[in-house]
Amino acid sequence: MSEDHWIWQCEHVIPSDTASGRRILGEVLGQLQSRHWRAHDVFGVHLAMEEALVNAIQHGNRFDEDKQVRIACRIAPELVHIEITDEGDGFDPTAVPDPTELTHLAAPGGRGVMLMKAFMTRVQYNASGNRVILEKERGDSRNP
Amino acid sequence: MAEYQRLDVNEVGEVTVVRFRDQKIIEDINIQELGRELFRLVEVENRGKLLLNFSSVDFLSSAALGKLITLDKKVKTHGGELKLSNIRPEIHEVFVITKLDRLFDIKEDEADALAAF
Repeated sequence: MSEDHWIWQCEHVIPSDTASGRRILGEVLGQLQSRHWRAHDVFGVHLAMEEALVNAIQHGNRFDEDKQVRIACRIAPELVHIEITDEGDGFDPTAVPDPTELTHLAAPGGRGVMLMKAFMTRVQYNASGNRVILEKERGDSRNP
Repeated sequence: MAEYQRLDVNEVGEVTVVRFRDQKIIEDINIQELGRELFRLVEVENRGKLLLNFSSVDFLSSAALGKLITLDKKVKTHGGELKLSNIRPEIHEVFVITKLDRLFDIKEDEADALAAF
């Protein structure tokens, strides 16, 4: 995977509040759109970042007002890189049940990690599971 | 008929056709309210044939999928039918990836869905 010169960056620390997270998300999507990333890629970044933010705020920080979320984003001509870190205890992403298995198909939740992996080129968690790195290569058509 | 904040509700014969007022179904509060309004259609107003037309929706999160799954269970519990239509390709891709296209009856457009009830 190539890494070009970063042409845009941002770094924010926000409270455990989804509205704050979505403002940053909107900023990132606007940057991609202004650089004419195709709609499918922007949709994928939107979905993955939305899921990661909700996981950090709702599941990681449990909406605790005393806990924050750090969001760092960088854009290169052919790559977007997003890091989201919460102050929760973390989790084991490998222990999340497969939501497509018949026994879990009708469960109301548990699809966020799967959707991140489906739409991003790379999804990586730190050892404790409270930081996720999302990367998307421009034009990476991983789904038909 | 009750007033709905998040939905536009109409009747086509015996079928209740629902359209969404939110283009992006992501805000927690809106998803909770959306869920309450959809469940009301089934549990209070006893709508037995429900069609959700997604033509105005260009984004939804997995939390919204969760509400749809719960709605599907309620419709089935009440012996009704639920169909989805007019789902844009990227969102349909989400249903396929999560294999929820096997849980829901998804039709290309409203006419196809109405004919299938």
